[in-house]
Amino acid sequence: MSATLKVKVWRGAAQGEFQTFEVPRHASQTVLDVVMHIQRALDPTLAYRYACRVGMCGSCAMTVNGAPRWTCRTHVDKVALKNEMSIAPLRNLPVIRDLATDMSEFFDKWAKAKGRFSGERSRRDDFARVAPGSERRKAADAGIECIGCGVCYAACDVVAWHRDYLGPAALNRAWTLVNDERDRETLERLRAVAGDAGCHACHTHMSCTQRCPKQLSPTASIAGLKRALVKAAMEGEL
Amino acid sequence: MSYRSDTTLWLAQRASALVLALCVPVHLATIIYAVRRGLSADEIYERVHGNHEWLAFYLVFVLAVAVHAPIGLRAIATEWLGWRGTSRDVVAVLFAVLLAWMGLRAALTLFL
Repeated sequence: MSATLKVKVWRGAAQGEFQTFEVPRHASQTVLDVVMHIQRALDPTLAYRYACRVGMCGSCAMTVNGAPRWTCRTHVDKVALKNEMSIAPLRNLPVIRDLATDMSEFFDKWAKAKGRFSGERSRRDDFARVAPGSERRKAADAGIECIGCGVCYAACDVVAWHRDYLGPAALNRAWTLVNDERDRETLERLRAVAGDAGCHACHTHMSCTQRCPKQLSPTASIAGLKRALVKAAMEGEL
Repeated sequence: MSYRSDTTLWLAQRASALVLALCVPVHLATIIYAVRRGLSADEIYERVHGNHEWLAFYLVFVLAVAVHAPIGLRAIATEWLGWRGTSRDVVAVLFAVLLAWMGLRAALTLFL
């Protein structure tokens, strides 16, 4: 292990340039450790975002050596090439400054995809009982662990060329709710996710599935939405 | 409304792709296998004229093409040119009619 790491870090917003820093190497060092070292010891003006440091909050995702990753759970050993590394903000989102992106559109699209649970029980009703082994429950479970980090959104080429496309995370969220048997807005949700800004725009590149740090498959969720739409259309409900 | 038409178009393109996946290999293999006495209009006409089994096959093939290709071009027009709305859909339908007309005319002339 060489004593120092040469790190190119994006500075600026949409317009800007990479600035090179020399950072000491340590055992088990994460990319977030590197960014924190730069901000605390070399240049306190560096803007970036993080919270939990342990892969729970989904706020520290950045583009590391060209690919979107959680910086807190990415070891430098795994990504540094010949002791060099580049760190940039997430793709497909407006850059506020340096490594911090504006995630508003990402979360607005969750709302557009009707990503909010809509049940009919109140706090005075008994718990809904959902069989853990039922097919719908298993389908919901497969996508439910998303923490909204935006890695899939940054990895998606369709998002890059079609600004209205809802994106993998919002569609994955819609699919978990379509499979939630307590939810009462399935039809409205299916209508919201159809069409060329929704699931039908997906080209099945599977970049989202390849990059998801939780090993979820938004691609499978999007395929599920397409099937659910066909079923609803054939049954005359759509 | 577009959620229904987009879903229907998606299904129509997948279903027609399924038909084409069977038709295209048969079509290509038959061309290679059947051409024995040179590739000329006379030779083909003489060999296949009046064959109603092939007529049925090519009617299905032509209709599948007429469904499949315009939907794909419509998607390309949307994604590459940002072309949306009624004008795009009218052109796609006209292209479907053109493909169906050319294909049916050829199949009926040759096989009937």
